[in-house]
Amino acid sequence: MADTMQFDLVSPEQKLASLQVSSVQIPGADGQMTAMPNHAPVITTLRPGVLHVKGPEGDVSYAVTGGFAEINPEGLSVLAEKAIPMKDASMSDLEPVVEAARTAASNASPETRDMAELLLADLETLLEDMV
Amino acid sequence: MPNLKDLKNRIESVKSTRKITKAMQMVAAAKLRRAQEAAEQSRPYTERFNAVLGGLAAAVGTSDGAPLLLRGTGSDQVQMLVVMTAERGLCGGFNSSIVKLAKARAQALLAEGKTVKILTVGKKGREQLKSEYADIMVDHVDLSEVKKLGYDHAKDIAVDLLKRFEAGEFDVATIFFNRFQSVISQIPTAQQVIPASYDAPESEEGSVGSDYDYEPDQDQILADLLPRGVATQAFAALLENGASEQGARMSAMDNATRNAGDMIDNLTIEYNRSRQAVITNELIEIISGAEAL
Repeated sequence: MADTMQFDLVSPEQKLASLQVSSVQIPGADGQMTAMPNHAPVITTLRPGVLHVKGPEGDVSYAVTGGFAEINPEGLSVLAEKAIPMKDASMSDLEPVVEAARTAASNASPETRDMAELLLADLETLLEDMV
Repeated sequence: MPNLKDLKNRIESVKSTRKITKAMQMVAAAKLRRAQEAAEQSRPYTERFNAVLGGLAAAVGTSDGAPLLLRGTGSDQVQMLVVMTAERGLCGGFNSSIVKLAKARAQALLAEGKTVKILTVGKKGREQLKSEYADIMVDHVDLSEVKKLGYDHAKDIAVDLLKRFEAGEFDVATIFFNRFQSVISQIPTAQQVIPASYDAPESEEGSVGSDYDYEPDQDQILADLLPRGVATQAFAALLENGASEQGARMSAMDNATRNAGDMIDNLTIEYNRSRQAVITNELIEIISGAEAL
């Protein structure tokens, strides 16, 4: 089994990443999911949240405001509406992300509300950590 | 005979005009490069997006269960024309060619008895359309304060369009913009965005097979992606338009610079001739004065 897969992160304005990774955790519509090599093909929409990328070159995180991800056995493409690398992100960059998560959480249907709120909580902790 | 001083003044003024057009040409060249880079950067997203959406749309088809955005309202009575032009002039036929195409379409639709609504993006198009179609122009998006085109601008346009679509204000929306071919050639293009028309991917390579799992489910993803598709198309159109505008301006300013150069040459010849005539005249006067003595 291959231990890495191709990971592409693109937003409409630019291509943010294209590299070999071992796993990626994404904020999927039905909950957090982790994509690993040889994953079954899935297309999922994203909630506003954080992408955790683990790879041979170290771990990277990106804040995304939503979009969708396409997973197949060879790799994973994330098409994010807006994505910001966490290490470059500043408070002002992240606030819209959290705001989007907040609206998503308040609009979520009862079954998915837990997840949305969990994500929101994650993001808010993240934001607090940065201060 | 034109006055020597007047000629000299004219040469000076044309020279400064040439400096300005030369500077504008170089600014446009730099901006064009940036605009092309931006268009280049957005391409992977757009391609991927269209491949996924194309696959999904093909799977759902145009059955009754398909979202309105995909199959349309079943009517084409009310047409929305989104005319994208530049905020600034001095770019050759750039603005006029889009407006011309949009006007032709509006005329044709009106002749068929359809209702036409116009939404303009960019000041120049609005100015040109205002005289004829002021009563059917529903809104205007002003981008004159925008330094760098972002996805957000396209999204705002798309959100506005979708709101109007959901409110039943129109059945079909078409975007008018210039597709960037090269610096000297931009093609005015009309692209229908609502209802969306996505080609199912033909090649096996980029295609999205039906063996995908969908999370949540296919319909919901489609409902989520289609509005985004409108924004993506609007963004692509804005970028193409941006690159075209700079390309058109660059070649227009290049022409203007060359014309100014020709004009300076002609004026300089005329100036030298007149000066020579004055000298000859003075000589004749001196010589005939001397002979008279």
